[in-house]
Amino acid sequence: MQVQFTVNGKAKNLDLPPNTLLVHALRELMQLTGTHVGCDTAQCGACTVLVNGRAVKSCNTLAVQQQGAEITTIEGIAAPDGTMHPMQAAFKECHGLQCGFCTPGMVMSAIDLCTQHPNASEAQVREQLDGNFCRCTGYQNIVKAVMLGGKNMSAAPAKATATA
Amino acid sequence: MGASDFSKLPHIGEELRRKEDYRFLTGAGQYTDDVNLANQAHAVFVRSPHAHAKINSVDTSAAMKMPGVVGIVTGKDIEGKMGGLPCGWLINNPDGTPMKEPPHTILAIKKVRYVGDHVAMVVAETAEQARDAAEAVVVDYDVLPAVVSVSDAANKQSGVTLHDEAPDNQCYKWTLGDKAAVDAAIAKAAHVTKLDLVNNRLVPNPIEPRVAIGGYNRATEEYVLYVANQNPHVERLLMTAFVLGLPEHKVRVIAPDVGGGFGSKIYLYAEDVCLTWAAKHFNRNIKWTADRAECFLSDAHGRDHVTHAELALDKDGKFLALKVHTDANLGAYLSTFATAVPTILYATLLAGQYTTPQIYVEVDSWFTNTAPVDAYRGAGRPEATYLLERIVTRAAWELGLGQDEIRKRNFITQFPYQTPVALQYDTGDFRACMDKSMKLAEVDGFAARKAATEAKGKLRGIGYSSYIEACGIAPSNIAGALGARAGLFECGEIRVHPTGSVTVFTGSHSHGQGHETTFAQVVAARLGIPVENIDVVHGDTGRVPFGMGTYGSRSISVGGAAIMKALDKIEAKAKKIAAHLMEASDADIEFANGEFTIKGTDKKIPFGQVALTAYVPHNYPLDKLEPGLNETAFYDPTNFTFPGGTYICEVEVDKQTGEVKIDRFTAVDDFGTIINPMIVAGQVHGGLVQGIGQALMENCVYDKQSGQLLTGSFMDYAMPRAEDFPMFKLDTVCTPCTHNSLGTKGCGEAGAIGSPPAVINAVLDALRPLGVKDFDMPATPHRVWEAMRSSQKSA
Repeated sequence: MQVQFTVNGKAKNLDLPPNTLLVHALRELMQLTGTHVGCDTAQCGACTVLVNGRAVKSCNTLAVQQQGAEITTIEGIAAPDGTMHPMQAAFKECHGLQCGFCTPGMVMSAIDLCTQHPNASEAQVREQLDGNFCRCTGYQNIVKAVMLGGKNMSAAPAKATATA
Repeated sequence: MGASDFSKLPHIGEELRRKEDYRFLTGAGQYTDDVNLANQAHAVFVRSPHAHAKINSVDTSAAMKMPGVVGIVTGKDIEGKMGGLPCGWLINNPDGTPMKEPPHTILAIKKVRYVGDHVAMVVAETAEQARDAAEAVVVDYDVLPAVVSVSDAANKQSGVTLHDEAPDNQCYKWTLGDKAAVDAAIAKAAHVTKLDLVNNRLVPNPIEPRVAIGGYNRATEEYVLYVANQNPHVERLLMTAFVLGLPEHKVRVIAPDVGGGFGSKIYLYAEDVCLTWAAKHFNRNIKWTADRAECFLSDAHGRDHVTHAELALDKDGKFLALKVHTDANLGAYLSTFATAVPTILYATLLAGQYTTPQIYVEVDSWFTNTAPVDAYRGAGRPEATYLLERIVTRAAWELGLGQDEIRKRNFITQFPYQTPVALQYDTGDFRACMDKSMKLAEVDGFAARKAATEAKGKLRGIGYSSYIEACGIAPSNIAGALGARAGLFECGEIRVHPTGSVTVFTGSHSHGQGHETTFAQVVAARLGIPVENIDVVHGDTGRVPFGMGTYGSRSISVGGAAIMKALDKIEAKAKKIAAHLMEASDADIEFANGEFTIKGTDKKIPFGQVALTAYVPHNYPLDKLEPGLNETAFYDPTNFTFPGGTYICEVEVDKQTGEVKIDRFTAVDDFGTIINPMIVAGQVHGGLVQGIGQALMENCVYDKQSGQLLTGSFMDYAMPRAEDFPMFKLDTVCTPCTHNSLGTKGCGEAGAIGSPPAVINAVLDALRPLGVKDFDMPATPHRVWEAMRSSQKSA
């Protein structure tokens, strides 16, 4: 089946078996291996990407469902010169990652969270992160990172817009 | 260099942001599933749907005709061609006979023994084709009755035998301590506190599933195995020497970025062996990526103990003796270090922080029709701590003492301290940890908080846990005498490049611990060069000389100490080069902050100049010194390290729903010297959440009759989420380890070891007024509600 969408600002025109999951299209056809697969029941959130700006679990949607969508992955949010997105920078600053496997999904969820709730409280952040598992950090520094990242996104809205 | 001097160096104690983070945050991390080799096929395993069954036949004929199938391997295909998975620790029975060690074949041949047991490997061009073909493999089973719970195995009434070698399913009995002395002390004690408890079975669940790629190069006759693993050299040693009979130098094991382990990626698994062997057999590179359901079924699980304990006390609450009996579930087969967990890593910790003079422990270990059970974050020490800290708090309540008071009356205060269960603690300050924790937890305000909670119609409780653990199992010769079948040293290599930058090769493995930063800080501190000029390489038997890997919180204290030894050699050689360049005697050279100086003069040269001279040896003492600046060291510790601390948990319990909310959690730990406090705090956070997860929600449940795994997905097994926790309060006390050059003790497991009893003691404290005396983890709303209801009914 044919499908057209953009990934990190680049137009993609793909001919795929209709049962191809979006995450497999990203990882296997586009070598965007920053998006991870951690479960098979859409619980862990390691595969989270932005579809038209909203966080979506890419293991739980078919690539062909994304006709015309703007898809953003973890590889697409830093500036062209490699400067990290405020949310990425906040995760580093707050030590919001350890093994790094849940991190891309966590960062993508956090960007959506802070776009929707620019001044989210700690309780809101904790509640809104319920779609993402982390087994390393105990979430302590992730929550701090999301709050700092959200603050810095608000302060630098231009940088926060995903992709160019 | 000694620990005291080391702790004062620049960078030591600095909250340096992590060097590895940029790649992880930009999607550039390279985990095994991100690696693809040329000519790569994909494997899927046919697994047993039954807990216990006889295999009559495995018919692959239909599957072989499916599209894309490269080949299928069954147990019969590899029978006699390779050994079984080895167990790395021999435990002897009290009469000196060895434990039962039934074969653990790579693929099942005559019988399957747990749901998820490996029956065949299907290799196809794509993972989908392999999956389809795996469904077409027809296995004819005669289903047998299963024995599932450890209690059912222990009472020997099941009539089920898993292995002919162990007719009653017992792997071993093991004892430690003086039974007669303990019985005598209990008989005449003023008070005896008794406790029965279950340490609930857990699934480790690193977010990266297990994954491996086997490869073979016909030109060089070399194998390669990419694998999500915590100790690639151990993996290679076990696979080559014990299973495949291959020369080690022909096998390279690479564990690249690994997405968490928590113990479950220590072990040599059947899949790894199959893929390596089949790579040559089919002349293909073959990848296998577990789905989460397979992780639940076939990753080694943790805990699963049933214990009875008795603590004898005098009238003042001083501990006189502790007697413990534990039934431990080993699962269907012996995983790599399974046998050490309920014995060496458990019973030896039962003195805890206390001066209990007599301790006797008896452990019975059982085979059951469940997945193998092995080390999971803490490994034996959480089980010991949970038992001890539960019974100590219960004793306090029975005697009308405070949870803090009973502990203070029994703390060890003199070091070194020889426990009655084999360990010798080198150092610690348990009272300081307790005092600091109580202050940070604002224990003085507890009564007021409790009143405020009760005014809302809820319950509030406080729970204490003063844990000790033993990290960095050592020394190798004593471990060997106790049954270890491997060494327990570590290796480090420092390669100074001509331009003065450094590559560190370590046998430790980072799967989240931040070694690339912490180890670089150690080297930067010693050599006085920028952290940016230091790279840390790990996880590749082709690049790192040797290594025992990362588990048991051993990396900084054993791996770091090996790096320190290699740095000593670098410094000694560099001083000779500097002495030659400055025309001074070796003994007059001092090295600090990256500069070599002649004692008492202002003559100096930088480290970089010495490095360049080592590789461009024109003005060089070639007659007495080799060129180059590259040193390797192996370090075998003389003792364990002993982190300890006091954790205090406060919970609110909803009387209507039984829901437990962690209101505050305070952790004060003594990890000795801390290199990077930010990273150490992160390790504590993660450990606490795994421990609190065990206490409140995580529980691996098999159906007791059928042996089907009931908690086989994230939909059924409750994983901790961000909203389940408040921000924790952490602090540290520092008594440096006395026997390694850094003074470090290790911090990776403490949180998971110390926290479960603090939580359960807090919940029980909240429920005490209702007459609830006991219940087992996890304290789910249902269990808590039931406990409240049944105590009200009986009242």
